[in-house]
Amino acid sequence: MENLVNIFVKSIFVDNMIFAYFLGMCSYLAVSKTVKTSTGLGLAVVFVLGITVPINYLIHNYILKEGALAWISPQYADVDLSFLSFILFIAVIASMVQLVEMVIEKFSPTLYANLGIFLPLIAVNCSILGGSLFMQERAYNSLGEATVFGLGSGVGWFLAIIGIAAIREKIRYSNVPPALRGLGITFIITGLMGIAFMGFMGIKL
Amino acid sequence: MIMSQDREPLFSSKNLKLLREPLDDSNPITVQVLGICSALAITVKLEPSVVMALSVVFVMGVSNVVVSLLRSSIPPRIRIIVQLTVIASLVILVDEFLAAFAYEVSKQLSVFVGLIITNCIIMGRLEAFALSNKPWPSFLDGIGNAAGYGLILVIVGFVRELFGSGTIWGYQVIPEGAYGMGYENNGLMILPPMALVTVGIIIWIQRYRNRKLIEENPS
Repeated sequence: MENLVNIFVKSIFVDNMIFAYFLGMCSYLAVSKTVKTSTGLGLAVVFVLGITVPINYLIHNYILKEGALAWISPQYADVDLSFLSFILFIAVIASMVQLVEMVIEKFSPTLYANLGIFLPLIAVNCSILGGSLFMQERAYNSLGEATVFGLGSGVGWFLAIIGIAAIREKIRYSNVPPALRGLGITFIITGLMGIAFMGFMGIKL
Repeated sequence: MIMSQDREPLFSSKNLKLLREPLDDSNPITVQVLGICSALAITVKLEPSVVMALSVVFVMGVSNVVVSLLRSSIPPRIRIIVQLTVIASLVILVDEFLAAFAYEVSKQLSVFVGLIITNCIIMGRLEAFALSNKPWPSFLDGIGNAAGYGLILVIVGFVRELFGSGTIWGYQVIPEGAYGMGYENNGLMILPPMALVTVGIIIWIQRYRNRKLIEENPS
């Protein structure tokens, strides 16, 4: 249990998807103009990460990993399919995103209209595939750990996009040098937020 | 390639423009805001930046040609899956190649090779260009955009390695004497947030020189 909480906190603050690995920057920069749309996209990312990481964990451990096929028959024990992981992971992610899209369209048409093009683009949001690849690289021991890691990374991304959206709403009233307006200042603010988040480094529960 | 009567020369001015524009006026990173994810995390040193840039050039050039060749036979509804499959297969090639011939670099890049799949530049250019253009212009467009992406990567990698570690491509360039006189490497440059600030400053300089890129009504 302690271990799970530790992974959760670590994936939110220390290994934050945006500030430590720059994953999902494209939609982060493009959608963060108002807090409202950012909330919607952030929730969608939490949801998709929370689903796809455990599914990909199962795929990795029972199909792709070296020796993973041993549960079918011992003669497959030395088969290593891990070179297929990119294609399988991205297929799972694309189909999950399609599913989420249909659910949101059904239950919240306003949110659906607000998110617009960015919902399908979650499929190519690096943080989603990145979550699965980090899960593979760090070799989590159980399904629970993988799920918690997925959710935690999603929450970290969510916090980051809410933060930047709130700052961008306010920065409209500041006198930014013309050449820095828009994209440039957003980059620099994100960098400063990243430095602030580095204060969490080394936290362990 | 099929020869046709009204075929334009391979390097006509229109085609050259496809190559040249992404280097400055429509740079994928600083203007189109695509593909930032992988651009920042691997630019601590120059070497991984260059390897990453070359991998993206390869994947983009080939995938643009493939998708452009298939463009009339891909059903629009499933085009994203088809594009992802094409890209993912190419990225697997790159990944296996790096693991075999440049193991050290491939360890440094870790998951970021795989993340080329979700690099928005590739998907973005496939959607915006390759799906509606002939293979040769698509190829040039892919190479041009990947080069524009690589250019920023190399600049950021160069700056961060020079100021962060005092080396370039692993060779010491700041003389020993400078350290004796009190010069110190800027440890902040090695940390992730400084990549963002460096790109922010590149954007600032570029827009200062090129006024028409300034956003009129930001945020």
